[in-house]
Amino acid sequence: MAEMMYWQGILRAHDEEMARDPLVFAMGEDIGVAGGTYKATSGLFAKYGEQRVIDTPISENSYTGIGVGAAMVGARPIVEIMSVNFAWLAMDQLMNNAAKIHYMSGGRIRCPFVMRLPGGTAHQLGAQHSARMEKVFMGISGLRVVTPATPRDAYGLLKSAVRCDDPVVIIEHEAMYNLKGEIPDTEFFTPLEGVEVMRPGKDVSIFAYNISVHWALEAAQKLAQEYGIDAEVIDLRALKPMDRAGIAASVRKTHRAIVVEEDEAPVGVGSEVIAIINEECFFDLDAAPVRVHALDVPIPYSHRLEKAAIPNADDVIAVARKMLGR
Amino acid sequence: MDATDQKRLLREMLFARRFEERCAEAYHERQIGGFLHLYPGEEACAIGVLEKARPGSDYVVTGYRDHIHALKSGMNPKALMAELFGKETGCSKGRGGSMHLFDPDVHFMGGYALVGGPFPLAAGFAKAIQLRGSDEISICFLGDGANNQGTFHETMNMASLWNLPVLFICENNLYGIGTAIERSTVEINQYKRVAPYGIEAAQCDGQDIDVVMAHAEKAVQHVRGKRKPYFLELMTYRLRGHSMSDSGAYRSKEEVEEWAQRDPIGIYKRRLIEAGVLSEDEFHATDEAIQDEIENEIVRFATESPEPRVEDVARYVYVEGGKQPWLK
Ligand SMILES: Cc1ncc(C[n+]2csc(CCOP(=O)(O)OP(=O)(O)O)c2C)c(N)n1
Ligand SMILES: [Mg+2]
Repeated sequence: MAEMMYWQGILRAHDEEMARDPLVFAMGEDIGVAGGTYKATSGLFAKYGEQRVIDTPISENSYTGIGVGAAMVGARPIVEIMSVNFAWLAMDQLMNNAAKIHYMSGGRIRCPFVMRLPGGTAHQLGAQHSARMEKVFMGISGLRVVTPATPRDAYGLLKSAVRCDDPVVIIEHEAMYNLKGEIPDTEFFTPLEGVEVMRPGKDVSIFAYNISVHWALEAAQKLAQEYGIDAEVIDLRALKPMDRAGIAASVRKTHRAIVVEEDEAPVGVGSEVIAIINEECFFDLDAAPVRVHALDVPIPYSHRLEKAAIPNADDVIAVARKMLGR
Repeated sequence: MDATDQKRLLREMLFARRFEERCAEAYHERQIGGFLHLYPGEEACAIGVLEKARPGSDYVVTGYRDHIHALKSGMNPKALMAELFGKETGCSKGRGGSMHLFDPDVHFMGGYALVGGPFPLAAGFAKAIQLRGSDEISICFLGDGANNQGTFHETMNMASLWNLPVLFICENNLYGIGTAIERSTVEINQYKRVAPYGIEAAQCDGQDIDVVMAHAEKAVQHVRGKRKPYFLELMTYRLRGHSMSDSGAYRSKEEVEEWAQRDPIGIYKRRLIEAGVLSEDEFHATDEAIQDEIENEIVRFATESPEPRVEDVARYVYVEGGKQPWLK
């Protein structure tokens, strides 16, 4: 077990997969000579050359489409979009082609396409560099959407995504690339489906993903120490398809649910999780489920306003205390 | 090209025409639904270009007007008609429809509804070919209207920058639905638009299949030999409406009539008759045989084929039995 940073996990997954399969290749803006905005592809250009580590022009839709085309005939592209906000420019190829080709062709053409993108609010980057898009990707049939919360999963999800025969979107987080954590020394694959219990508990289920897992864990620790509340923290990890059984199992145990997301609430992860709870185990609930989420505003530049717009561990604590009356 | 091949080519064009005329009938009889874009008048483009490539091995992609490209690539016409009828035996198992034909077995990669969408896909096929080091090429057929999408410019730049073996065929039929090209586009000579990207290009008549083949041969050689993109613009015209619902109000009867004189089948038929290769009787016999095959084998197959099962509606969202390395 080695301690590694999130970006190092991503880099290691690239390196292992590219060494194993000559049809695995990476493309994106500044990923080659420059090594990637977050170093996640550093050194690969020197090792694998410009045919397989491709610095693209600023043409998101078409290099995404080139990746999709290559995937349709057997290559294994890993396309990096520099920031999730720029993925809007790639949506036509992602939504109309990558997501639908397998279905439209009656299962005859596969699209083992991987798109990676940092998809969270970093620090004062302004409205056009701070948006989250998970709700958009989650709404597209045919895609898989996963979100690593730890270096281990940043590594393991990319490993699984490259081997997966479906198109996979991996949402990373700009503020997490330097996060440290343990990654097994031997090859490891994180499932592209299913939740993971990060902290078992019996009083309330806190569902989170990506950066909000860390807020939930911080909150759970304080809730236990200061208020005697034993929270279960669930990393949703796979946002599409979502693990209905895993969500229901936790609620059946705790009878209470909170969903924590960095995104705005409307049409989002929280809406989806609560709908699933209603459908799967409504009568197991002892309290109405609650969403902890960003304000419904474009993310402001001002540090003070930005902080106000994004939720944190204290918000989770407040909601849990109210729910349990402690 | 010997007489046998010449007669085969004429037969292929005639088959395409009769096949699509039958599609139009089936559409009016409501056996075919949705959008139906037909290709009459343009047959020499797909058939002439692919005659000089390696259909079945070279990758082919196009837009929604895709029937004839699929056929010439080697798709079974029964699977094509069955797809139009929405049947499980269709090339896309009834999930695609007219605009989304697929046959990866013969490297026919689709069938796409969004104008301009296939440009990067074609370059992507070429990228995979480049990585594999094989000598196939990728061929992308799109209309004049598609060249005003961003993907056109983005893809031309990258295809040239990265030396991708992709042949772009522009079927310039002078209209994007009802908008005449000079009303949508500053430079109406499409082949000139790729010069800034360092892509070699040419323009030629798309109605005379001999002319198409001469230019296509050169274009294919360029792409296959030099492993670089090439852009060929074929001047053509669709003799029917854009799709089945088209009033035709945007162009004059005289214009349509003028182009009908340059019907690719008429041009080639006259040439073969004048050369003494073909007789009028032979042509009629072929025509009858084609119509008989379409009715009694192809349409019959499509009609008698089963519909997809409702229980299977969620099949093919993801790959079935796909790799799950985390389970091993
Ligand atoms: C992105 C997108 N915008 C608009 C349309 C509607 N549309 C369908 S075909 C077409 C015209 C395309 O003209 P052209 O590329 O010349 O092809 P042609 O039909 O003439 O062969 C338009 C505007 C579409 N399908 N996709
Ligand atoms: Mg046109």
